[in-house]
Amino acid sequence: MSEGTLYDKVWDRHAVTRLPTGQDQLFVGLHLIHEVTSPQAFGMLRERDLEVAYPDLTHATVDHIVPTSSKERPYADTAAEEMMAELEENVRESGIEFSHPDTGEQGIVHVIGPEQGLTQPGTTIVCGDSHTSTHGAFGTLAFGIGTSQIRDVLATGTVAMEKQKVRKIEVTGELGDGVEAKDVILEIIRRLGTEGGVGYVYEYAGEAIESLDMEGRMSICNMSIEGGARAGYVNPDETTYAWLEGRERVPEGEAFEQRKEYWESIRSDDDATYDDVVTIDGGDLEPVVTWGTTPGQGVGITEPIPEPENLPVDKVETARRAQEHMGVEPGETMEGYPIDVAFLGSCTNARLPDLRRAARLVKGRTVDPNVRAMVVPGSQQVKQAAEEEGLDEIFTEAGFDWRGAGCSMCLGMNEDQLEGDEACASSSNRNFVGRQGSKDGRTVLMNPRMVVAAAINGEVTDVRAMKEVTVNE
Amino acid sequence: MSNELEIPSVDSVSGTGVAVRGNDIDTDQIIPARFMKVVTFDGLGEFAFFDQRFDDDDNEKDHPLNEPEHRDASVMVVNANFGCGSSREHAPQALMRWGIDAFIGESFAEIFAGNCLALGMPTLEADTEVVEELQEWVEANPDGELDVDVADETVTYGGKTVDVRVDDAQRKALVEGVWDTTALMKANAEAVDETAEALPYVEDGKRV
Repeated sequence: MSEGTLYDKVWDRHAVTRLPTGQDQLFVGLHLIHEVTSPQAFGMLRERDLEVAYPDLTHATVDHIVPTSSKERPYADTAAEEMMAELEENVRESGIEFSHPDTGEQGIVHVIGPEQGLTQPGTTIVCGDSHTSTHGAFGTLAFGIGTSQIRDVLATGTVAMEKQKVRKIEVTGELGDGVEAKDVILEIIRRLGTEGGVGYVYEYAGEAIESLDMEGRMSICNMSIEGGARAGYVNPDETTYAWLEGRERVPEGEAFEQRKEYWESIRSDDDATYDDVVTIDGGDLEPVVTWGTTPGQGVGITEPIPEPENLPVDKVETARRAQEHMGVEPGETMEGYPIDVAFLGSCTNARLPDLRRAARLVKGRTVDPNVRAMVVPGSQQVKQAAEEEGLDEIFTEAGFDWRGAGCSMCLGMNEDQLEGDEACASSSNRNFVGRQGSKDGRTVLMNPRMVVAAAINGEVTDVRAMKEVTVNE
Repeated sequence: MSNELEIPSVDSVSGTGVAVRGNDIDTDQIIPARFMKVVTFDGLGEFAFFDQRFDDDDNEKDHPLNEPEHRDASVMVVNANFGCGSSREHAPQALMRWGIDAFIGESFAEIFAGNCLALGMPTLEADTEVVEELQEWVEANPDGELDVDVADETVTYGGKTVDVRVDDAQRKALVEGVWDTTALMKANAEAVDETAEALPYVEDGKRV
């Protein structure tokens, strides 16, 4: 069992008691809710005549169903309108703060939490969304939960959980030109498998992780779930504190220094014990793209797509089906794979630095006429900040569609969807069949600059071959 | 009222089976995102595996859930990493409303298994060979009864009993009827408050 890790320390401070099941009852420091997974939980509360126990530790936003074209109410999609109205009613009745679109603070739940300073080190965070793991970038224990658990958290401020094992994933060295956080996590998932993390929490460490900005760390923690781990985290450090200082809801002055002492105290000890340690040389990596229909089916941009027969026996059949769906041939590389749509967005990669870096590559270039390209900022604040810097003009002049904040084409619960068997270069987190709104659609996951490079060339491109590629700034 | 809610013990599940083959079957497949535009779980059953079961013109495709002889199955036999991807409880809710009461598989994604437990549905694990043999048997014997014993961690079918594994906490919760944790945890409200107040970032139930 692990000892002295951030996971152990934060868990122990939040554990209320051991339940008869052997699970721990864990106090939840921040409960984030949105419109898709919470209305049923509020319904269950009403059935049982229960109230929200800690409304002040709960925060709501709307992200999955919001149209990215217009905020006008009622929404054209009546089902979306009903979900929005239900959420509005639930938070009003319970006194829960809501980053409503009218506030200018709405956005994807995993973008607005950190942005508003709600996400702070040493806390426990849950949300009915598997990418809650994102918040681990700040040294939190952040878990995706189901709707019955949302009911529990609303009613009691706690959740029943079993303690997991801790695997330290050390990424050494310096990432090369054109290689980003997204490539690191796609590589980790490819090596350890989509179920490799089941039963584990991932602690990301090493020079390559520590030298990342907070947004990069968020991209990595975000996709922990794609590797089977329910949570992932990075120990808080000066980068974390500098990012937090001055944000809304973060204590100021003396109180900030005091809080920092707590944040320092929950860092993993130098002699902490881990259940497993994996080391990856970050200097060896190149941009990674997926060739298949799970995030683990990835390959370096210059590497050949694997022959299914050469994969572990339990992967052969899935790989064969995936290659048929994607229309790719083993032995070839993904470079040159034609795309119809480019989606720069999602809770993995739609933060300001993602848009900035992508915009620099786009400047002075034009989207391939056969490509439908869109940029969907992760939040209204990201959108506004990007517009203040003129990024929107760079994108729109190049032929990108500049849209409103939301989950959008990551899962296609609003109007942004693939049609037929369109192939999409996507900065999102999942390439499952049907994920982007069309069951015949094809998704290729990659880092944000690889997405815009693909948009410009109309095909998957090695971004390192294009000018103005500098990273690690 | 919460304290009056009876939580049934789930020490065993019996019924016929259906095999859904394939590794990494994600929750987007179990219930596509477009069917989640609802504010209750009612009626989700008919959308289980919808895109695997129907083509663009709503014609039935080859899928075990479409076969009439498997229509009443209550035990689903799956392969590895079943239920990976999104945390949507809509997935186990849809399968429960379809009529499934228990899952046997090589492995389950963490959140999916947690969601199943919250609904009182066991997710039992077994070795690859055991699962494959069971899938073949279920396909050959759609009327054959399976007896899933959660307490003993066994499955009995066709006169044969095999070992399966149930996570300790899950077994306890199901067998002792404490899988619905709301009332259980609500009873500890005082201890919860104490834990909260000992944290540097909470005061009077508020963020500071």
